[in-house]
Amino acid sequence: MNKTVRITLAALLSVGLAACASKQAVKPQPEQTPPPPPPVATAPVASGKYTPADLDTDPCLRQRSIYFDFDKADIKPQFQQIVACQAKYLVDRPEARMTLEGNTDERGTREYNLGLGERRAKSVASALEALGASAGQITVVSYGKERPVCREHNETCWAKNRRVDIVYTAK
Amino acid sequence: MMIRHLKAIFAAALVAAVSAVVPAGIPVARAQNLTLDIVNGVPSAIPITIVPFAFESAATPPATDVSEVIRNDLARSGKFRTLGRQDIVETPTRGSEIKFPTWKLLKQDYIVVGRERDTGGGQVRVDFELWDVTKQQQLLSLAYTALPADLRGVAHQIADQIYQKIIGVPGAFYTRIAYVTAVGVGKGLQYSLIVADSDGYNPQVVVHSLQPLLSPAWSPDGKKLAYVSFEHGDSAVYMQDLATGARQLISARKGINGAPSFSPDGTKLAMCLSYGGNPEIYVMNLATRQLTQLTHSMSINTEPRWMPDGQSIVFTSDRSGKPQLYQEPLSGGGATRITFQGEYNANVAINYDASQFAMVQGSGNVYRIAVMDRKLGDQMRFLSPGPMDESPSFAPNGSMLLYAASEGTRGVLYSVSDDGRIRQRLSLANGDVQSPSWGPYRQH
Repeated sequence: MNKTVRITLAALLSVGLAACASKQAVKPQPEQTPPPPPPVATAPVASGKYTPADLDTDPCLRQRSIYFDFDKADIKPQFQQIVACQAKYLVDRPEARMTLEGNTDERGTREYNLGLGERRAKSVASALEALGASAGQITVVSYGKERPVCREHNETCWAKNRRVDIVYTAK
Repeated sequence: MMIRHLKAIFAAALVAAVSAVVPAGIPVARAQNLTLDIVNGVPSAIPITIVPFAFESAATPPATDVSEVIRNDLARSGKFRTLGRQDIVETPTRGSEIKFPTWKLLKQDYIVVGRERDTGGGQVRVDFELWDVTKQQQLLSLAYTALPADLRGVAHQIADQIYQKIIGVPGAFYTRIAYVTAVGVGKGLQYSLIVADSDGYNPQVVVHSLQPLLSPAWSPDGKKLAYVSFEHGDSAVYMQDLATGARQLISARKGINGAPSFSPDGTKLAMCLSYGGNPEIYVMNLATRQLTQLTHSMSINTEPRWMPDGQSIVFTSDRSGKPQLYQEPLSGGGATRITFQGEYNANVAINYDASQFAMVQGSGNVYRIAVMDRKLGDQMRFLSPGPMDESPSFAPNGSMLLYAASEGTRGVLYSVSDDGRIRQRLSLANGDVQSPSWGPYRQH
């Protein structure tokens, strides 16, 4: 792991912690989080900019779901790399657009879960923007608990439903 | 323990009535009837006999068994224990024919007798009498005339009369309920918003969608429903006239447009909107469409419900960390937290005099319907066993609630008496039922 990557991860972790500490995914305060390094430094690929073809071939970019803990909206460390490469894609391709679809598990009420799904999607949006993506590239939608991918009443299933799906609407 | 299985056959005429209210471009499908089962009984309930009504004309009797509908209504309320048909040894049809010693021997407090006849012009007249067995005294004697297709409605009104005479508060059997069904799998999943009689009969489709529908809310006059639809990708609030099917888009702002709730006078709609950056409670004046923001907190604020006096709103907020109920006056001045027992309290339903607040109470992985008694020091009691119960909704007389539950991977509804002692499941053979909402008293 080279030094720039390490700094980037540290920055991302602070984003996650900031989102965790405050209940809603507010943008990190400048004094709390060092400004993100030049986007190129975060590149999971060796050199150059992402192209639309990478969306189907790049092992990081192909991962379009970010999973959350129960009733939480902070991005866990193991998903920071996915956020980083998706952010780089948005930076590399200003014409690219994505929708972040926030989802929850079945526990709790439908309307509260709409709020929680939105909080998760906004947490991902804030992290992407902190890494240089433009707010205009990102649309947030919450489905709450209305679109489960798994319908059983157990933690394995719930874990699959607590997610933000990244859907590119323009590549 | 009583177990009843009732399946209604429902008329093809319904489809025609339904098609008018389905937005253009969405295929019309007939609503399926819910299956009803009473799952437990109440030994201490008031014993009452509903003697099968006689049909006294030469014509073919109508398909609806009026006395059976009355009997099921009263049994479902939890307040009455109705004598089974096999134990009804005599069949008087008018007060003069009642042999009181027989019914005393059967330990009955009340007896209802009645008769129906063809009045010509396709109408049926139903006469009934309610008698006190001990006092041998007539308490009610009334007649209704209706088309055969409306006899279930007549039966519900008779049940309301009997309920009010004996219990002292109006019955709520002649009311309607709204709920959402989801039928099919994957991309074939179809959501329908349905309005049915309080016992689940006569289901009529209000709107179909291939995207989620949720949170139906009745206008106080029972003429309109507001609801949330994802039909254009994100949540939006619509208001639909039930008689004409005319539909208005109320809010499709950026972000969440959810949790509609009509003010008691019907002039305003409270909602959860997040276009300002955070889910907050807003109140819309329906005449001017002007929005007023009620809550201002950096947390989730949703599920507004009006207090009966229309002066304040109770809602769910996680400003303290976990969802709890708060109350805020419309005039502003900040919110007061009102639930302190339990880690998760959300989605309040308020009865007619605000003495009872029903809510979803979560503890660990178990979510149950709890009722907080505001006249008894906010004592909490559980009405449902969980583990995934939600969407409580009071009958207009407060005597029963509807809620949604999960059984296996299927969504079902329950109606439950306010003491929690009698529950009735309303389910769909091949789909989910969710988001129930009990309508107001019907205006005649």
